[in-house]
Amino acid sequence: MPVMFSVLELMPDWLLTHGPAFLMALPLLMAAIMAVLPNKRVAWFTTFIVTSILTITAFALALYNAKVGTTIYKMGGWAPPHGISLVIDALNAPVLVLIALMSLITVVYAMPATVAEIKPNKRAPFYAAFLLCVAGLLGMVITGDAFNVFVFLEVSSISTYVLVAMGAARDRRALSAAYNYLILGSIGATFFVIGIGFLYMETGTLNMADMARILADLDGGSRVAKVAFAFIVIGLGLKLAMFPLHTWLPGAYAYAPTPVTVFLASTATKAALYLLLRFTFFVFDPSYAYVADGLLYILVGMGVIGMVFASLQAIFQTDARRMLAFSSVAQVGYMLLGIGIATTASVAAGYLHLINHAIIKGGLFIALGAMWYRFGITRTEDFQGLGKTMPLTMGAFTVLGLSLIGVPFTAGFVSKVNLASAAADAGWWWAVGIIMLTSILALVYIGRVLLLAYFQSPPQVNGETVIRNEAPIMMLIPMWVCALASVFIGVKSDAVVGASIRAAELLLGAG
Amino acid sequence: MSELFSQYNYVIVIVLMMTGLYIVFASRNLIKKLVGLSVFQTSVFLLYITVAKVKGGQPPILIEDKPYGVDKDGHALLEGPIQVAAGDGAFLLPGPGSDVLYSNPLPHVLILTAIVVGVATLAIGLALTVRIREVYHTIEEDEIQEMDFVYNLEGTAD
Repeated sequence: MPVMFSVLELMPDWLLTHGPAFLMALPLLMAAIMAVLPNKRVAWFTTFIVTSILTITAFALALYNAKVGTTIYKMGGWAPPHGISLVIDALNAPVLVLIALMSLITVVYAMPATVAEIKPNKRAPFYAAFLLCVAGLLGMVITGDAFNVFVFLEVSSISTYVLVAMGAARDRRALSAAYNYLILGSIGATFFVIGIGFLYMETGTLNMADMARILADLDGGSRVAKVAFAFIVIGLGLKLAMFPLHTWLPGAYAYAPTPVTVFLASTATKAALYLLLRFTFFVFDPSYAYVADGLLYILVGMGVIGMVFASLQAIFQTDARRMLAFSSVAQVGYMLLGIGIATTASVAAGYLHLINHAIIKGGLFIALGAMWYRFGITRTEDFQGLGKTMPLTMGAFTVLGLSLIGVPFTAGFVSKVNLASAAADAGWWWAVGIIMLTSILALVYIGRVLLLAYFQSPPQVNGETVIRNEAPIMMLIPMWVCALASVFIGVKSDAVVGASIRAAELLLGAG
Repeated sequence: MSELFSQYNYVIVIVLMMTGLYIVFASRNLIKKLVGLSVFQTSVFLLYITVAKVKGGQPPILIEDKPYGVDKDGHALLEGPIQVAAGDGAFLLPGPGSDVLYSNPLPHVLILTAIVVGVATLAIGLALTVRIREVYHTIEEDEIQEMDFVYNLEGTAD
């Protein structure tokens, strides 16, 4: 790490002191400018620059955090708990880097993809909505104020509804998918804000650290705090697609423009999961009986049922993107299981899976997008011969697919092994069995596609065999970045595992 | 029972909340669903405002130490309970232990934000409904699902 810290010296001082505010103000401001930009190429280039700056800033802040510990930025100079504070600690720094990095990867991929999927006059507004979404996600992760979380949650959600609906140029079902997402997403956010209201009644503060302190003084608080916890868990459960609240997700993932799917799958549910971690372990505490019960019966229960049912549903999907969407619901189940076991090791494993899954799913959806871009295919039965017609794309898909299953030397293996060993340490042997079972189910739905791609010859169109037609370079780069990152984490997992353990220790204390 | 009547605000909140949520799930018309969603969100606004209200409390308005305006003889023109809401002579709201009662301003501010969010959500929802009607020529969810089902059977290659 000391080598990495030297990077910090290259950063200007203001970036490190005002970085937290800069991180969410920049995309928010640029989104407004972007909306009026007439030129679509300038719009892409500006978005690319903005997301690059965000990635560098997030990375610098994460390094700075690793060096000096938790930093609290007082927004406008107003001291917490009355002012709004922006907090960077071991828990949210990796998530910030993840969101910024995935937004950059999405933008690179979006250059060819939007040309095919978004009408020219809609491209500048598309990037504006995209930056708004990035700003909302970064904001809800970085803020230390509970009501501010709600505001940013809605900023990101509302822009997401718009982005999903833009898929209508390609498939009209995007409209009804966006509408369903809007209804369920708004209900989720409203449940969340009801929960915050009850928490405010109980504690009289909105600052999360202050809430935690007052709740601890009250020894968990009265029934009001219990109700607040229930509303917050259900509200966030809708946002993070906890089984059975996931019904908005397959439609939204399958019919949104492909760059939006990539971004949503790798960040939106992850930011909501981060909030769940923040609220269950930081604001509330598993030592309160009602929180422990909620973790055990709601998160673990729903997580495990979701893992099995969503994996089974994924097997029977005919559309590849719906298949991966159901797989996402199942993977959320792994993270909920890790959170629900509530030991330091299991929370670290859940957090690790959060990061790994974001990279894996992002890459997989990029590969699917590239296949649609070249051949216009989304159905699994059309995958035949893709190993010959798009070898590089299919190669990345294979690496990432194996990572999703949990084959050794991939990211998915590392997090699944950590999760299984954490479950075994806690004596939850049945959970280990479920993890194995759902990995086999993942093998079935990914393997089905791989078999078609590699052991079937390319189809004949108009009497001619389809020839090799590789994806454009701007799609191959982000795809292989994800694939190689997943292998890198699988081979040399120290940095990411270390970060997730630090995050879990912040929440639960060492040991 | 009398407790229910003395806390009638909360009763209204619960009734509105359940009504709204029921409309969202029971109605198959896209516009009616949005109406339900708005009722649901409005109930939350009322919840926050109810929490903020202090019985007998005054509006939390900062005043100067002098009354607004004096007549020729130096008598204050405006005098009344509102002027002492912020204590006498202080520019700050009185802290704990003060005998001046005032309502909590913070939830009102929060709800202003939440109202804006609600308006934005409703606007996007209505815009989506317009687009859905353009494409599907209906705003009944059953008919849309039926069309999508047929569309699925015919294949997605367009």
